[in-house]
Amino acid sequence: MKLPLSWLDDYMTLGDVSPKEYRDAMTMTGSMVEGYEEEGADIQNVKVGKIVKKVKHENADTLSVCTVDIGGETLQIVTGAPNVNEGDLIPLAVAPAHLPGNVVIKAGKLRGVLSQGMMCSHTELGLELSDVPGAAEDGVIVFKQPYAPGTDVREVLGLGGVTMEFEITSNRPDCLSVIGLARESAVTFGKAFNIPEVTVNEQCSADIKDEFGITVNAPDLCLRYSARLVKNVKIEPSPEWMQKRLRAAGVRAINNIVDITNYVMLEYGQPMHSFDTRFLEGREIVVRCAKQGETITTLDGGEHTLDDTMLVICDTARPVAVAGVMGGENSDIKDDTTEVLFESANFLRGSVRRTAKKLSLRTESSARFEKGLDAQNTIPALNRACQLVELLGAGEVCKGIIDINNSSCAPRILPFRPEWIRTFIGAEIDSDFMIKTLDALGFSVDVEKGEVLVPSWREDVEGEADIAEEVARIYGYDKIPTTPLRGETTRGGLTAAQQNALNIKTALTSCGYFEAISYSFISPKGFDWTFASESERVAVALLNPLGEDTSVMRTSMAPSMMELLSRNYKRNKSARIRLFEAGTVYIPKSLPLTELPYEKKRLALGAFGEMDFYDMKGTIEALLERISVKKFSFDTAARNPLYHPGKSADVYVNGKAVGAFGAVHPLVQKNYDIAVECFYCELDEDALIAAAGNAKKYKPPVKFPSLTRDISVVVEEAVKAAQIEGVIKKCGGNFCESIKLFDVYRGAQIGDGKKSVSYSVVYRAEDRTLNDEEINTIFDKTVKSLAEGLGATLR
Amino acid sequence: MKDQIESIRKSAQEAIASVKSSEELEALRVKFLGKKGSLTALLRTMGSLAAEERPIVGAMVNDVRIFLENEVEKCRAALSAAAMEQQLANEVIDVTMPGKKPNLGSLHPLTQVLNRIIEIFSGMGFSVVEGPEIETDYYNFTALNIPEDHPARDTQDSFYITDSILLRTQTSTVQIRTMQNHTQKLPIRIISPGRVYRSDNVDATHSPVFTQLEGLVVDKGVTMADLKGTLDTFAKTLYGEDAVLRFRPHHFPFTEPSAEVDMSCFVCGGKGCSVCKGEGWIEILGAGMVHPKVLEECGIDSSVYSGFAFGVGLERITMRHYGIDDMRLLSENDMRFLEQF
Repeated sequence: MKLPLSWLDDYMTLGDVSPKEYRDAMTMTGSMVEGYEEEGADIQNVKVGKIVKKVKHENADTLSVCTVDIGGETLQIVTGAPNVNEGDLIPLAVAPAHLPGNVVIKAGKLRGVLSQGMMCSHTELGLELSDVPGAAEDGVIVFKQPYAPGTDVREVLGLGGVTMEFEITSNRPDCLSVIGLARESAVTFGKAFNIPEVTVNEQCSADIKDEFGITVNAPDLCLRYSARLVKNVKIEPSPEWMQKRLRAAGVRAINNIVDITNYVMLEYGQPMHSFDTRFLEGREIVVRCAKQGETITTLDGGEHTLDDTMLVICDTARPVAVAGVMGGENSDIKDDTTEVLFESANFLRGSVRRTAKKLSLRTESSARFEKGLDAQNTIPALNRACQLVELLGAGEVCKGIIDINNSSCAPRILPFRPEWIRTFIGAEIDSDFMIKTLDALGFSVDVEKGEVLVPSWREDVEGEADIAEEVARIYGYDKIPTTPLRGETTRGGLTAAQQNALNIKTALTSCGYFEAISYSFISPKGFDWTFASESERVAVALLNPLGEDTSVMRTSMAPSMMELLSRNYKRNKSARIRLFEAGTVYIPKSLPLTELPYEKKRLALGAFGEMDFYDMKGTIEALLERISVKKFSFDTAARNPLYHPGKSADVYVNGKAVGAFGAVHPLVQKNYDIAVECFYCELDEDALIAAAGNAKKYKPPVKFPSLTRDISVVVEEAVKAAQIEGVIKKCGGNFCESIKLFDVYRGAQIGDGKKSVSYSVVYRAEDRTLNDEEINTIFDKTVKSLAEGLGATLR
Repeated sequence: MKDQIESIRKSAQEAIASVKSSEELEALRVKFLGKKGSLTALLRTMGSLAAEERPIVGAMVNDVRIFLENEVEKCRAALSAAAMEQQLANEVIDVTMPGKKPNLGSLHPLTQVLNRIIEIFSGMGFSVVEGPEIETDYYNFTALNIPEDHPARDTQDSFYITDSILLRTQTSTVQIRTMQNHTQKLPIRIISPGRVYRSDNVDATHSPVFTQLEGLVVDKGVTMADLKGTLDTFAKTLYGEDAVLRFRPHHFPFTEPSAEVDMSCFVCGGKGCSVCKGEGWIEILGAGMVHPKVLEECGIDSSVYSGFAFGVGLERITMRHYGIDDMRLLSENDMRFLEQF
């Protein structure tokens, strides 16, 4: 809402307040000012000059040299303007001067003759031809009034006004009006506020009730419909003062009748409409819901097909306006309009909102209606419009008003308990201050009854908390003390699960991984590119996504992570990338959604550069050890097309599969344009959090010495390390402290399809020193078991 | 005999003085002091001396032996010191060559700031609660006093999944879920960080996905002054004692009174600069007293209990914290960006 500050003068006297002070004070009482413009701020050092002498330029036929009096001083000005004569008063940019568009006027020589400034046209001052009486189509402005030479041109042009731009919150449609903002300004600055009485003389003796019929067939959607009739209308431009205010408020001037409706909407906050009655068939207005498929062409030329939920204003034959949204072209005010019906109505906010949305037609009018307007405001606004008609001599207002009122007029009464307000806000606000403030805001307090009457325009005030806010915002939020939290203490802090989630992240950072955070919606292409399974493709899709790339909620972290790897690869193909994301996937229970989907925590790792499968495996092992997962193991992955089938593994925690990792399948890599081997891991984070141990327990180092034996065996290629280790462990029993693989060898001596695997095994007893014999027995048993179970031969 | 002793002492001393290596020194020691050394040999000839001379000569020889042993020791010490010097000199390296850094990762800047905030509120007795990102319109709107046809349902430009299920536009949903769960167990002091979604196109200051941190306190006698005090503590702990907050009246359907909270610009301290667009203030959060209708909706008696709530945009705070000028950096996950935190 743009408010020319001078408009406030009709309702209050602001006094000596700078624009900045006004902005800050209003913002702090709840009417946020986004910014302000000072008209003519870019015109500097332009004065009224009187041409005392004009001679031809000695070197140029089209130029003349003038002597200009700017009040006690005369300057020499070279000009090409054809329309100036001795004795004329003109606006003179006195060098150095500033003009709109960052133009600077400096003194200089024109064809060898010194010019100490420039005479200005309206365009050079950033104005329209119609803004300035005396402006010439082609030439400088010649003032018609006898201004004193030397006067600042902004003064004589009426520039220098300040326009405030408010950002009004949706609960205060009453402040989308000059009157509403004047009331707020008056309270903010402690000034008097007064709405001058509006009188309509009704010069025309005809009565609207004899001339016109109005029926409301949808009383639940049209809460009030008030109308007045004006005859002998003469369409012409509205006066300069009205045009100027409209312009400053951001509304284009059109003609006197249309300008009056816009002026009243800005001033009273009540949208108005004017119909040329020549085009209202049957001299009747019917407010009803549209018939399915009915059409209307609105004022802006748009053609709309209506449905039966939309409220329309009709004559006996057809819709002539979409209620509260926009008028129809068919009944628009024309240059030869002679009779006008003014509509000032109140429509149900939800209905206007839905209709405007369906028609994609958001107007100043619909924006006001959908926030909820005061049904008591239709008549005052209507009268104000007719008063302006009379003031402007735009027509003769007929007697009477047609007013169909379906609104509930019961005023709202709330308890007024100053003590409760003080307690609730936590500030010692004086009761008298409360009463005075509420009064000034249009409430009326009955102290004895302990009640406060809410004004009709404050539909947003529904309870005591709202009353407290009214008091507090005028009292000043900054004056409310700051007190620390009191009351019963609460434990607070993270739960064990939350702490585990954090531990997982920090464990990964110490493994060299960087945390990534990506969007939770993905492109459905991500499913194709990662060869997602049928079940992973059952995903939650948005009805109104920004674009395809963000249209589906992820069911796996792979599309997000592969995208990140790809992006980083494109930037640096030889980079060493280690990323992880602890994110959420969204698994629908059924589609379409009838209940909320599962939201599961997943942990994804993605990496490439300076690594192989065992680096990632080591990271996962380190992570699981770090968060004290007791039992975990790995095995060849169940076939998952995301991974390289020979270089991927499933991860088991306490015997349950919690995810997989491995080299990404070359075809998936190709889909993401990654040409180096990259690795991916996705684990069920909820399962990790649940399996993480919180109680670590110290174990003293064993005092007794250990014995180390190396075992090298030759086995078939297909025998897995885990199998060999299993045997060593089983045979070693409690004495087997650690098993370390130190060599895998393939070669001619070993034979085709075979490998030699060497382990270093540490044996130790907790309570005594083991002797060689015991170890030899274990060793022999191990070798025998390896031979029997795995076909291994000692090397 | 005396002369002999003296000459051995002298020649031995001279020889030791010119020794260059520990091997040479050992050879000398053997030559003079060893079992077959010259001094030992001299002692063996003592039998030929007169009985009264023996103790005198014996003492003399012993003196020389002790003297020479000392000399050898001194020389040995000097030699090994020199050898150590030499070894150290040989081992000199260029300490200005680059160090070998371990590969350490780091948490995303959003997580780092969030962890700090959680720490601050944990200290004030807040616990952390999470809620679903895909929500019903009941939790996202209706229960928060945003009825159907309320303009707020439009301005938030939500992503819908069905007519009544959407991506939550605010973490305030968790207020409702918490209060409805908590009715038997008041007071409530929670914060709830999480992702929220709004249909904003991506640019330097907007993202369709961002992180909010909701706070909620419900207890008997909670006042707006408590809200101010809590947020003041938060700001001063996070930004330092100089941080000043400004509470501005505003409107949210689920709080009454409502406020937008600005912080004195961290760059200019309130004088006005390009970061705060000359205002001296930067908006950091929205807050207010929980609307009585919201309390009642959750089964909490608003005539007995009151509460406050606030919502902080984590991206905004993080960007300010690290001087990040483009929100897109936070979701791009470029290694060159992540490595800096």
